Amino acid sequence: MSTRGFALPALAALLSCMAFLAAVAGGAPASQAATLEEALQGLAAKSYKERAVGVEVLAATGHPRAIPVLEAMAKGQLFVRKADGSIVIGDKTGKVYALTDAVDGTALGDAKKKELKKVKVNNRLRGVIRAALGGLTLLSSDPGQRAQAAAAVFAARDAGALATVEQAIAREEDAKLLDQLTLAKAAIESNPEFPPDVRLAAVERLSDSALPEVRSLLASLSQEGEADAEVRAAAAAALEAVERDLAFWNLLGTIFQGLSLGSVLLLAAVGLAITFGVMGVINMAHGELVMLGAYTTFVVQDIFRDFAPGGLDYSLAVAVPAAFLVAGAAGVAIERGVIRWLYGRPFETLLATWGLSLILQQLVRTVFGPTNREVSSPSWLSGAFETATGLVLPYNRVAIIVFSLLVVGAIALVLRRTALGLYMRAVTQNRSMASSMGIRTGWVDAATFGLGAGIAGVAGVALSQIDNVSPNLGQAYIVDSFMVVVFGGVGNLWGTLVGAMSLGVINKFLEPFAGAVLAKILVLVAIILFIQKRPRGLFALKGRAVES
Amino acid sequence: MPVRSVLVDLLAGNRGGQILLAVLLAAAVVVPVSNLLLPADSALHVPTYVVSLMGKYLTFALLALSVDLIWGYAGVLSLGHGAFFALGGYAMGMYMMRQIGERGVYGHPVLPDFMVFLDWKELPWYWQGFDWFPFAMVMALLVPGALALVFGWFAFRSRVTGVYLSIITQAMTFALMLAFFRNDMGFGGNNGLTDFKNLLGFSLQADGTRVALFCASAVAVAAAYLLCRFVVRSRAGRVLVAVRDAEARVRFLGYRVEHYKLFVFVLSAMLAGLAGALYVPQVGIINPSEFAPAASIEIVVWVAVGGRGSLYGAVLGAILVNYAKTVFTGVLPDMWLFVLGALFIAVTLFLPKGIVGTVPVFNRAGARHRPGRRQSPEPAP
Repeated sequence: MSTRGFALPALAALLSCMAFLAAVAGGAPASQAATLEEALQGLAAKSYKERAVGVEVLAATGHPRAIPVLEAMAKGQLFVRKADGSIVIGDKTGKVYALTDAVDGTALGDAKKKELKKVKVNNRLRGVIRAALGGLTLLSSDPGQRAQAAAAVFAARDAGALATVEQAIAREEDAKLLDQLTLAKAAIESNPEFPPDVRLAAVERLSDSALPEVRSLLASLSQEGEADAEVRAAAAAALEAVERDLAFWNLLGTIFQGLSLGSVLLLAAVGLAITFGVMGVINMAHGELVMLGAYTTFVVQDIFRDFAPGGLDYSLAVAVPAAFLVAGAAGVAIERGVIRWLYGRPFETLLATWGLSLILQQLVRTVFGPTNREVSSPSWLSGAFETATGLVLPYNRVAIIVFSLLVVGAIALVLRRTALGLYMRAVTQNRSMASSMGIRTGWVDAATFGLGAGIAGVAGVALSQIDNVSPNLGQAYIVDSFMVVVFGGVGNLWGTLVGAMSLGVINKFLEPFAGAVLAKILVLVAIILFIQKRPRGLFALKGRAVES
Repeated sequence: MPVRSVLVDLLAGNRGGQILLAVLLAAAVVVPVSNLLLPADSALHVPTYVVSLMGKYLTFALLALSVDLIWGYAGVLSLGHGAFFALGGYAMGMYMMRQIGERGVYGHPVLPDFMVFLDWKELPWYWQGFDWFPFAMVMALLVPGALALVFGWFAFRSRVTGVYLSIITQAMTFALMLAFFRNDMGFGGNNGLTDFKNLLGFSLQADGTRVALFCASAVAVAAAYLLCRFVVRSRAGRVLVAVRDAEARVRFLGYRVEHYKLFVFVLSAMLAGLAGALYVPQVGIINPSEFAPAASIEIVVWVAVGGRGSLYGAVLGAILVNYAKTVFTGVLPDMWLFVLGALFIAVTLFLPKGIVGTVPVFNRAGARHRPGRRQSPEPAP
């Protein structure tokens, strides 16, 4: 294309100005300035057609000044100064024009209207300028601009941009951008003016991507309007493949979201799996213990902010044990103060712990205020894994899934492998026998409840990363977490894990059809029906423990 | 006369019940006289807002009565009774919405304001008929009753008992709350139903209407008390108490436990619906927060404070706790949740039998007619 540029007129005038303007440019490489100069004069050519050629020549230089000049031209702010025939950008302020040199952008003072001759543009020329601008930014040194330009070229599918795209592909080093550029090239080459084999190859290339704009392009190629039957069939096949791929990735995305929701449910419920599942205590203040953990995170971060701002990113490492201790201590106090008087009276336990939850909520509201408290996320948790197919996995969600599994694993270890776990299981199975073997059942009760409460606090640290830290935090989770434990099977850690994850996934699968609220309602109704069928949950304990 | 003999039978030796009925009767006579006939500056004049407040307490008392019927006598702790109450309230609210007619903000002759706002063109099918008072009242009883029938049929048949049942009733009311918060449900979403103008042609602002609603609430509580008392003293009531104390044994004796439970659960839900229908015109609004699990569990503490399993204790507890709530939220609003929380704990730890089980004046009279039952420990489900 650049060869066509030499057909432009007024070459002599151009050359005469060259030396003068190169001096003005002050140290700019002479050869580049010369090319830019030549090209700029092309913009002022007599006919629109010639000016269009000039635009393309200028764009082909890839010079950074070409962008502001072309933008000014599109806006009708490009002028020829009558005095010396040089090209200037004029910004009208009042009655005078503030002039800028087109070559290097230096201010040239004001000029009156009669001193200037406007470079006229029509709609066709504006279109050419827009395409040229798209091509120019393709070669920009800023990757963000290149990405934008690639998208613009893809959308325009203007064959004129092909050369620039190829040029950009040749020098592109970023793999993701390269992918975008080759897609844009394929989009251009799918146009009917290209030979069938090129078009087929382009369709082939397009079928690798699952982007929505690629799909709509393939869809339009597979329509009746497409003359070439072969291309039409290929596009239809490619579209189908893309849709299949997309459905697969969507499925993966939904499963991930489901697991993410499930892990939140799991964290909220896992402490209950101990207090309700192992001890049989209906602890309605469980949600408030979670809330205490979240507020502990807030306090720990506050302390870090005051005394060690550099360590703020690692405050969570301190917050987890701190929350365990705070909520665990509250749990031991609750057990020793209230619950131990109510063993064997589940209704009374339920009411008393509900009263405790009201008091804890109001206490936190009094101390920290009723509004949400800001808990910051460490920088290493912001951001996300992204795949080319549109699957986004935020780091904090991934971290919570991993964290919830770690917590469950830790509890399983404590229950199975430690002395405390052994005592706990002994006391649960046969209290009087355990007592006569010398186990201090009262202390084991307190420790068990404290463990469950501490785990709730740890869950609060995780939930503070994704939810509002407010006095109502616990209320939001209480019904859900009881549902999880009951659904999974009381007294069964594995059941809680499977129950939470499957409820999360089911919820997310229902959401696209039913909407978030209705999905939640449907899940609740489903659990209610499920409990009718299996009153002991998914993984029911068998044997004597069930009857007691 | 058979009616008279039944009444005598229900009240003989039942001092708590006698006091309750006497107080309700006196209130139904004295309050109208004091409000409507005495001049406003008289020391004995009861202002209208107090009448409505007391009327509200009475509807809560009726609600507590319904919870006591199933918790105190059948051992079913429902944490979802707020749902039945709210459904009854919504039925009444729908009737009164239709009564507004063209006086709404948008002046639409048929559609309530919120439907005009949502750009609905016609009344949804489930709003049909609610402009007719008897239909609305029947619905206020039937809808909660039907929900209780379906829910209870599933739950009792598969022998979901104890705290499991409590938790799924809580899930039920939670699900309903989420549903009623949705605008597409057609019940006004977040804002619920409000801006009522009149009831049966009488202005809701008029003193006479307020007093009439109060009297209707008092009569409803009295009638419901006698009905519950009749039920628990009947053969079925005795079976229920047996179910509460030893469900498996009753089943082995050949009784269909689930039928008894279902009957009393539905009856209780309908009473709660009636309470809701009386509540809404007196407070002037019904919204989805009535479905909140916290609201339902609060009802249970009214019963626990008054004393579970005596019926009149539930009435006493509901009135006392709600009076305390009015006082505290007026004087020390931040303290109320502390007080309520402490009340939950104190009652369960120190007053497991509630006020009527602890204060001797009720205890003596009550114990004679329920031999042995207060001495037996509460059953573990």
